[in-house]
Amino acid sequence: MLSKFRDRELVRKVTERILEESRGISVRIMHVCGTHEWTITHFGIRDLLPENIEVVAGPGCPVCVTPGSEIDLIAELSQRDGVIVTTFGDVIRVPGTRTSLSEAKTRGGDVRLVYGIEEAVRIARQEKGKEVVHFSIGFETTAPMAAVEILKGPPENFSIFSTHKLIPPAMEFLLKSGLSLDGFICPGHVSTIIGVRPYRRLAEKYRKPMVVAGFEPLDVMLGILSVVRQIRDDKWGVENEYTRAVREEGNVIALKSISEVFEVADAWWRGIGRIESSGLRLRGRFKDFDVVSKFGLEVPSEDYMPEGCGCGEVLKGVMKPEDCPLFGKECTPNRPIGPCMVSLEGTCSIVYKYRRFRPKDAEK
Amino acid sequence: MCLAIPAKVVRIEGDRAEIEVGGVRREASLALVADAGVSVGDYVLVHTGYAIAKIREDEAEEILKAWKEVLSEG
Ligand code: SF4
Repeated sequence: MLSKFRDRELVRKVTERILEESRGISVRIMHVCGTHEWTITHFGIRDLLPENIEVVAGPGCPVCVTPGSEIDLIAELSQRDGVIVTTFGDVIRVPGTRTSLSEAKTRGGDVRLVYGIEEAVRIARQEKGKEVVHFSIGFETTAPMAAVEILKGPPENFSIFSTHKLIPPAMEFLLKSGLSLDGFICPGHVSTIIGVRPYRRLAEKYRKPMVVAGFEPLDVMLGILSVVRQIRDDKWGVENEYTRAVREEGNVIALKSISEVFEVADAWWRGIGRIESSGLRLRGRFKDFDVVSKFGLEVPSEDYMPEGCGCGEVLKGVMKPEDCPLFGKECTPNRPIGPCMVSLEGTCSIVYKYRRFRPKDAEK
Repeated sequence: MCLAIPAKVVRIEGDRAEIEVGGVRREASLALVADAGVSVGDYVLVHTGYAIAKIREDEAEEILKAWKEVLSEG
């Protein structure tokens, strides 16, 4: 079924259309999803676009925007006797301000990689004498699983450190901050959960066209065409091109579970700053599963970026990874300096892996 | 990290499903798609062990058809 979304002939036609319909206007579109960046870079979509159309990556990688101080906190927790920290594979190498989870593991911390939070709960059931703390990180896509597991009633020795973040408040933050942005490609999987409505308010308020798109090359191209067309026609709505997975109202069960378990709070985005109402923390009645109250932790609200790292600018779409002075030199996926080079969905790591040896670059 | 993969449902037991991704079988929870009427043979998007949406193939066909029409005008 998906092969139809790679139909070369159709992609060619869409490309032509974009070229034709964008004549005389220049358009800067932001996407906020690591997987979109992967599709765009992997299939060389930027090379297909005319010069007047720019597609930039925004803060679409949850691992990249997790504050270093929170990584320190969880890494240090893993050093305590009887504590097991569980998390996703991408997170472990991200440098905090003092340490990372992988360093903590080398120093003897019990850090385990899990495929999902369900596995973390299972570990807690098996390791009864120990405290299992799940580093619960992710956007709206990942929050429902945490919510469902908390609602199911995990064992007493289980808790989470919630650093879940919400995409629409971050989009609004960028729109408000006056960056030059003409439209958005909204993240497909986040939208599977939140639906199309949250974007409608933003599109209307800031008069910016948006499109919810899937992850095949044709999805992204059609998304770009949709934004271009709206701009040309002086419109600003939200089009849903990913109807095969995204409903207007989103995933109602997931949304209900999230709001039962979590409340919205301000959150710190690494490299960007504090964004109002952009995070999720456990509601008071679930405080027994909240590592912050369980262990009496202080979550520092400070940010730190490695010296010379341009991640903050990269995450806002202001700087291209290639323009960071450390890119490909001091900072590579094997020896990452900034968080955007660590995560598989970090813009720098994607661009490094898939663009570096493209013929276009080799000619330079 | 928000990556969700399309997977085929091959078996269902209560709110658990056995799914197949590229020949590999694993388990997923159907708790978040309980209202979507998922049955064996359907495709779902799976994220960290949970199905988050049923993929509606007919919608994909329709949107492609609509675009094809738009693209062939003019
Ligand atoms: S190349 Fe490395 S240091 Fe520079 S912005 Fe990317 S991750 Fe940060």
